[in-house]
Amino acid sequence: MGSSRKEIYFDNSATTRVFDSVRDIMTETMTADYGNTSSLHTKGVEAEQYVREARAEIAKSLRVKEKEIIFTSGGTESNNLAILGTALANRRSGNHIITSCIEHASVYNTTAFLEEQGFRVTYLPVDHNGHVSPEDLRAAICDDTILVSIMYVNNEMGAVEPIAKLAQVLRETKPQAYFHADAIQAYGKYVIRPKKEGIDLLSVSGHKIHGPKGVGFLYVDERVKIRPILFGGGQQMGMRSGTENVPGCAGLGAAAKEIYRDHEAKVDHLYALKDRFVSGLHELEGVTVHGLTGRDSAPQIVSTGFEGIRAEVLLHALEEKGIYVSSGSACSSNHPGISGTLRGIGVKESLLDSTLRFSFGVFNTEDEVDECLRVLKELLPLLRRYRRG
Amino acid sequence: MNYKSFLIKYAEIGVKGKNRYLFEDALVKQINMRLKRIDGGFHVWKESGRIYAEASERFDYDEAMDTLSRIFGVAGICPMVQIEDKGYEDLKEQVVRYIDEAYEDKNFTFKVVAKRGNKQYPVISDQINRDLGEVILNAFPETRVDVHNPDVLLHVEIRHKINLFSQIIPGPGGMPIGTAGKAMVLLSGGIDSPVAAWMIAKRGVIIEAVYFHAPPYTSERAKRKVEDLAKIVARYAGPVKLHIVNFTDIQLKIYDECPHDELTIIMRRYMMRIAEEIAKERDCLALVTGESIGQVASQTMQSMAVTNEVCTLPVMRPLVAFDKQDIVDISLKIGTYETSVLPYEDCCTIFVAKHPVTKPSLKHIQNSEAKLDSQMEELVKKAVETREVVRCI
Repeated sequence: MGSSRKEIYFDNSATTRVFDSVRDIMTETMTADYGNTSSLHTKGVEAEQYVREARAEIAKSLRVKEKEIIFTSGGTESNNLAILGTALANRRSGNHIITSCIEHASVYNTTAFLEEQGFRVTYLPVDHNGHVSPEDLRAAICDDTILVSIMYVNNEMGAVEPIAKLAQVLRETKPQAYFHADAIQAYGKYVIRPKKEGIDLLSVSGHKIHGPKGVGFLYVDERVKIRPILFGGGQQMGMRSGTENVPGCAGLGAAAKEIYRDHEAKVDHLYALKDRFVSGLHELEGVTVHGLTGRDSAPQIVSTGFEGIRAEVLLHALEEKGIYVSSGSACSSNHPGISGTLRGIGVKESLLDSTLRFSFGVFNTEDEVDECLRVLKELLPLLRRYRRG
Repeated sequence: MNYKSFLIKYAEIGVKGKNRYLFEDALVKQINMRLKRIDGGFHVWKESGRIYAEASERFDYDEAMDTLSRIFGVAGICPMVQIEDKGYEDLKEQVVRYIDEAYEDKNFTFKVVAKRGNKQYPVISDQINRDLGEVILNAFPETRVDVHNPDVLLHVEIRHKINLFSQIIPGPGGMPIGTAGKAMVLLSGGIDSPVAAWMIAKRGVIIEAVYFHAPPYTSERAKRKVEDLAKIVARYAGPVKLHIVNFTDIQLKIYDECPHDELTIIMRRYMMRIAEEIAKERDCLALVTGESIGQVASQTMQSMAVTNEVCTLPVMRPLVAFDKQDIVDISLKIGTYETSVLPYEDCCTIFVAKHPVTKPSLKHIQNSEAKLDSQMEELVKKAVETREVVRCI
């Protein structure tokens, strides 16, 4: 379906193009070393080796133990396992869970399910920059609290939560409770040290870091009491039954390796793109960039409101010019409802339906940013002429 | 029971006079075309007022039945066993075997209806009925005869071969596609227009469709949705040529130069003009819309009169007197509903005024349109010429 026209892909928070090294190792594991890790013969052992190496690579990137990494089918399963797995294993210690009002649906809908099962859930508010306040967290913690789940980087507007501070508050007030961080938009963008930052569980998805879709992992500190949510052949020490997705795991390992190689340069590149884009946006009329910018925000995400233009219309107008972006958040744009995050940070009503998310990846260039700004400059006045009603 | 052939009944065609063969041939052609798309190596033929389809290879009974039950002109489908005429005693045995295999539970009432196409057959129909009834009763003591209201009506047709069948699965009725000319449907992506297309096709009309695409205001997904709808209609109507017209420039021009409460009605007039132009080029004899009186502002009788005024082809509105629920019911039945309700905006919903005129006067609208300069003609021409054509099967 690809066209010969040059495409500009600014939707890297939805998904990314895989690294060549990821493609290569996946091809290898699908065509040559395609064994089942549980098989006793050499083919199985060879396949297992890929998974072990991937696990080691990932563990190294977080400075954690290999056995603390559980491969999953992706971010959604990681978040489900973290929350359901700890809630069910620790319900004798309490039934209170704390999260925020800007979490991804895979956290939000999981805690909503637990509410139906008799758990009590507190949803912390955020300030106009999208940040959860450590003091709010401190006030919410009670004797019954067993789990705090806060995202590392918000997927819709790129706010970076003060994870270490929040985790510290939890350790001070309720050391027995666990801290879970949804790091799906953060892993690969930040150097994360769960042990130092006080994170007990950490969710990551493969395809947000130029790895494959359908694979992710959950870091679980070895001291965490957790039970599985999938049952079967007892793979991954019983924590996640099901034949290991060898190509997926190998691809994810390769992506982790590549994204953390020359990491600082990669992050600098993303910030350079972001800064260039944001300053260009400020020159346009009727454009609001939501939340903080620069190093106070995530390097890859820019959320922008365009006064008087419906997000979907601008999205398709950009698409016609070969530029791919998301309205609000790709994950929530399947639902007709309007973004909870944007409302949460107090974006004014008229901009809720007029917000686009631009998200960069390592393959993007400054030329692409300039081209996108040029196209926006041309489109905005044109589209503003035609409003509904 | 492994049926290998089907007897296909048709209703309305039967009453046609000298043209009858044309309708029969069209139906045979349709059945042939449809069955060709599935496994079974079906052979289709007509023979003295009957149409038969017989498989020469393995086939999926449900798939064949599903295919046949979507062919317009088919009134009923009888799965049939055809046997060689090897004498009266053999017939009795075959009938017993047929009943045994076709009905697991023998607790039913029945009646045998024999018909001799071959009048040379040594036993008369009435006697055949009695004899076969007797062998069935003897073979399966749980069965009973009921000549007035039987559960199972076993047909025994004696021609040069003998046909046994006892089930009639209703077909969709209507007339075979290709017997009533061609029409151009204005397909929007909503619930109504695919139903209208289906209804017109049911009368034997070949369907082409036109969709007005307004990028970037309408999305690629909205366009795909309309293609999907055309494909569902094509499951009944045969291949549908879908003409996708880029309408954005025309819409924006109307927006710029005409009063906003008249946007929809003027837009509709331009859609009709374009649809008619394409329709004439494609030898269509009518336009078809999914309008229903009073459903929305542009579907009042006044509005319809104003939109009609721009075309010379008849505008057929098969749903004109249908309630929304009735239309929904049909769309559920034919399988377009789920696709129709996918939430993508179409070009009718993006520039809607808060209070569109509901009783437009033709004079008024003509005055407003007069403000549109000669450039408009150019835009219409361009829209027609640059249209994309997709064959939906």
